[in-house]
Amino acid sequence: MGMNRREFLRIAGIASLWGLGGKTAFEILKPGALEAQLRPPLMKAKKWAMVIDTRKFNAPEDFQKVIDACVKAHNIPKVANQRQEIKWIWKEKYENAFPDDLNQFLPEPVEQKFFLVMCNHCTNPPCVRVCPTKATFKRPDGIVMMDYHRCIGCRFCMAGCPYGSRSFNFRDPRRFLKEITNPDYPTRSKGVVEKCNFCEERLAKGQLPACVEASNGAMTFGDLDNPDSEVRKLLRENYSIRRKPNLGTQPNVYYLI
Amino acid sequence: MFEKALIGSKGYYTWVLFLLAMIGIGFACYLYQYNEGLGITGMNRDVSWGFYIAQFTFLVGVAASAVMLVLPYYLHDVQVFGKITILGEFLAIASVVMCILFVTVDVGYPNRLLNIILYPTPNSILFWDFIVLNGYLLLNLFIGWNVLTAERKAVAPPKWVKPLIYISIPWAISIHTVTAFLYAGMPGRHYWLTAIMAVRFLGSAFAAGPALLIILAMLVRRLTPFDAGQEALNKLRNIVTYAMLASIFFVLLELFTAYYSNIPGHKHPFTYLFVGLEGHGKYVIWTWISVVVGIASALLLILPMTRRKNAWLLAACIGVFGSLWIEKGLTLVVTGFVPNPLEHVVEYAPTVPEVFIALGVWATGFLVLTLLYKIALSVKLDPNSASVH
Amino acid sequence: MMYDENKVIPIIIVFVILATFPLWYNLGKAAPKPDPKIDTPVIQALPEKKCIEPKEVMKTAHMKILDQWRMEVVRGDFSRQMTTADGRVFEKSLQKGCMNCHSNKAKFCDQCHNYMEVKPFCWDCHNAPKETN
Repeated sequence: MGMNRREFLRIAGIASLWGLGGKTAFEILKPGALEAQLRPPLMKAKKWAMVIDTRKFNAPEDFQKVIDACVKAHNIPKVANQRQEIKWIWKEKYENAFPDDLNQFLPEPVEQKFFLVMCNHCTNPPCVRVCPTKATFKRPDGIVMMDYHRCIGCRFCMAGCPYGSRSFNFRDPRRFLKEITNPDYPTRSKGVVEKCNFCEERLAKGQLPACVEASNGAMTFGDLDNPDSEVRKLLRENYSIRRKPNLGTQPNVYYLI
Repeated sequence: MFEKALIGSKGYYTWVLFLLAMIGIGFACYLYQYNEGLGITGMNRDVSWGFYIAQFTFLVGVAASAVMLVLPYYLHDVQVFGKITILGEFLAIASVVMCILFVTVDVGYPNRLLNIILYPTPNSILFWDFIVLNGYLLLNLFIGWNVLTAERKAVAPPKWVKPLIYISIPWAISIHTVTAFLYAGMPGRHYWLTAIMAVRFLGSAFAAGPALLIILAMLVRRLTPFDAGQEALNKLRNIVTYAMLASIFFVLLELFTAYYSNIPGHKHPFTYLFVGLEGHGKYVIWTWISVVVGIASALLLILPMTRRKNAWLLAACIGVFGSLWIEKGLTLVVTGFVPNPLEHVVEYAPTVPEVFIALGVWATGFLVLTLLYKIALSVKLDPNSASVH
Repeated sequence: MMYDENKVIPIIIVFVILATFPLWYNLGKAAPKPDPKIDTPVIQALPEKKCIEPKEVMKTAHMKILDQWRMEVVRGDFSRQMTTADGRVFEKSLQKGCMNCHSNKAKFCDQCHNYMEVKPFCWDCHNAPKETN
């Protein structure tokens, strides 16, 4: 089990005396205990969702720091053949992210700027419906998850996704990784499909998704099922849109315009 | 009866060796793909299904065409088909073998294919496709082999074969319908999202399959003393004619809905195929060839010259098969991905290794077909055999 | 003696040579007994040098345990921690649990795997820690 605060202070004190540094001391003396003492996992949600305030995304750096955070947290490779690239979150123009809105008279700032796109973790995900092995499945907390062990690489999910959110490992991704930026998250192998996973491995440790953390408040993450959550508050007070809503997928990534 | 496939003329051995060589080249290319990954193909993040799945789709149709001989003969007593139902059934076996091979070379983890059985997922159409295709293969193997063995021994086939034959008829319809459902239920792919996708599959299958059967029957007549009979060929020709006319009609129906509704999402894929979209038009020439050859072949089939002169019939059947191969085996799958969900046009063309792997699979199918036909014809040409019912 | 003996006997000889290939090809090349080392800095600093289960259990069941962990973390209750019978907490993870202590893949994991010609593909995806010793 974990340890109480007295013991924690005792060990931390001894560790600093020995100059071993906090985490190493923990790992050496009681492996795994540090993780257990962090904030409890944010696991109690029923419907994880994201609200992106597009008004706060203007300069290229606003987008790049968010994209880079994801790439770094998940060892996403930079594939040589751009047509076979792997991307979990990226930016598109309005007419590409929201192609159903054939509005010729959009205000120029909206028409010219970019919008972040990623897996929408739909409530009715077509990708989950078509997967023959349940390698992609919907968790009780709303996240559409990938099980890389079970995926046979049939790419039916890629055909089923109406948002183009999924990428396939056409070759060994490690060839395109100069260094493994996050040793805690596995790289994938050739032959499996991958996509944004709402940073479920970070949620398990009580941390927000990497992109949300890097966005400096421009992106909000929370439980749609909880009427008091930040995301519900933002949606009550601001007009929001979603991508291709008429397809019935019920995407859970909202955009404040 | 296997021994009958081992002995043949010089031409037979040359053909088999040629097929084995093609299989060898295809297999070598597949080993390259297995080691490097599917990155060696032309498939990409946007067009994630390509040549392999397109061939699979086309061949499912050819496989179902056996029903076009079985149904008239067993349900409606069309006697002239009795001699050649075995040719249809063996063509079905060869086609389904190719279908299974094309899926195997297309997936990223072929050694995990059993996951489909270990973790059955009834809401996934691919799961059902796996079941119905393998079931159809088993059905045709059992039926074909037993009926042929019975003929060789000049006795009636065992009684339990009859119910299997009757089951194979709706089963043949099911393999198409299920394969069409792979496409017709995808919410983001407007080219495929049409209720008549399954109907179009049936139409093109019942044109392309029997067309191939006619070609094969004529080839067999040229190479062996076995004659399917002009009446059987004429009846098959009628089936091809109406199925081809229906297929052309269905395409026109699609064009009407797309262009009369004027909805961009519906129009774009057809525009891509017929004139090109945003400067991209790799398949325009193929589409027009398919249209022209298809219409010309349908006209030939309506005209009496194909009933009188077999050379014209052969030309028309080659035209039908080729036109439908372009439509199902080339443009259908790829166009579903154009434009991509973010309205960008990304094109696809198979790479050289990809084509050789596909040719290797086709060669495997033709080898299975050759061996099975050799056995069937040896039995049928043996004076001691007799078809007893 | 027999029909076609000048064809059959050479073929039998060739067959016996081919069938016993693994035996005579590897003569004198016996691989050394595996010697997995558990003297990593992390293990040496442990107060009680115990794994999550006794050595004999781990030897036979480590793959089953890893698979069970995967099912729990990815598909089960998504919990990341496990507690041993005597109250010690570990991460249910190859990288962050097992290899936290056993950080020397070449001198530990590979020892038995190479001897048995077993090539687990775990490390195609899971990141092995950088070798220090």
